[in-house]
Amino acid sequence: MSKSKGKKFWEKLPAGSVVLEAGSAVKFKTGTWRSMRPRWIEENCIQCMFCWMYCPDMSIKVTAEGKRGEFNYEYCKGCGICALECPGRKGVKAIVMEEEGK
Amino acid sequence: MTTKPLRLRELAKGEDRLTHGHRMCAGCGAPIIVKQVLMATDYPIIAANATGCLEVSTCISNFTAWKIPWMHSAFENAAATISGIEAMYKSLVKQGRIEDKQVKFIAFGGDGGTYDIGFQSLSGAMERGQDMMYICYDNGAYMNTGIQRSSATPFGADTTTCPAGDVIPGKLQNRKDLTRIMAAHGIPYVAQASPSHWMDLMKKVQKAFEIRGPKFMNVISPCNRGWRSRTDDAIKLSRLAVDTCYWPLYEVENGVTRITVKPKEKKPLVDFLKPQGRFKHMFTPENEWMLKQAQEYVDKQWDLLQKEAVFSGGEEKVEDKPEAAPAEEKTEVQ
Repeated sequence: MSKSKGKKFWEKLPAGSVVLEAGSAVKFKTGTWRSMRPRWIEENCIQCMFCWMYCPDMSIKVTAEGKRGEFNYEYCKGCGICALECPGRKGVKAIVMEEEGK
Repeated sequence: MTTKPLRLRELAKGEDRLTHGHRMCAGCGAPIIVKQVLMATDYPIIAANATGCLEVSTCISNFTAWKIPWMHSAFENAAATISGIEAMYKSLVKQGRIEDKQVKFIAFGGDGGTYDIGFQSLSGAMERGQDMMYICYDNGAYMNTGIQRSSATPFGADTTTCPAGDVIPGKLQNRKDLTRIMAAHGIPYVAQASPSHWMDLMKKVQKAFEIRGPKFMNVISPCNRGWRSRTDDAIKLSRLAVDTCYWPLYEVENGVTRITVKPKEKKPLVDFLKPQGRFKHMFTPENEWMLKQAQEYVDKQWDLLQKEAVFSGGEEKVEDKPEAAPAEEKTEVQ
């Protein structure tokens, strides 16, 4: 069996199950899990950055000036914490949740 | 090293040391906690992890979400693992084989790996005085394996091993107060924190890193699967836990207890229990006694904590200065 061509996946793993590449989880796109999609409405955003602080998936991009950017839909799981915590401008939310695929 | 300023805009420019692509459930509290902890400091960090949700979902096969050296060995020995790493580091520095970069050591564990299974190794590491920090993310049951009760599960909660039904109405025992048990070890720093109060949490982490010796931090971590709540209310629930005094934010520094965030108005415990499906059965007429008992327990613990803060010298007696606001630190606007 073991003499057959090529190595099995587990045989190619480094000894001791060591992962040598830091942060390699970025190769795994969790955005496909999402059923609800957050939408950012820029004019209602007061740049409080609470959404960024509370996002469990680090899925809110930050621009070079440290401002809030778009969502990173490749990883956003659509939990909705950002939308709930968003204070918005004068009570009008800057993040709304919408059903995916609509 | 100077303490990092905690301004959101500045922090946002930094790099996340826990990356996206981890496989925690949507809306989990644990990655928020880990992110906040790692963000609070610029020190190089080496972490160990007890088996649990955080461990299994951040490091699957050859994927890792950590950008720091990270190690998992078993369920019960995260504290022992990090002790060993710390001892090795100290030894290598002493021998002159590596340069001292002021590396900080953290062990992360869930409540199962901390309150129950990992308790002996944690207690041992604390007693030995290892220069390390242990952070427990407390979600109140063994969520990873299917919501089995742990000693952190609160009174009345419905879990798969204490299901609410005709025979018992959920868990009948109160949760173990691990933060106090750790404080009783006489270690230099013990704190309780919540991800909703990120400023408070990060200040505590910064403070802990400047202290030599063993440190322990207990952080509430909402779990929408186990708490039977919505996916979007992790922060809302952790804030309610603080506001109802179910999870008071305090620290014990060299025996002096300080309440770091005092709720402006103490909310009734039902506000915290109601959004959670695991307490659903407590809202039936025949189980009204449970709500009463749970509230009494929280009141008693809160009262005790306030007395302890005064007794240990962390806070002035309220009767002496009725007009002064006793809060030690400003509650940040949430």
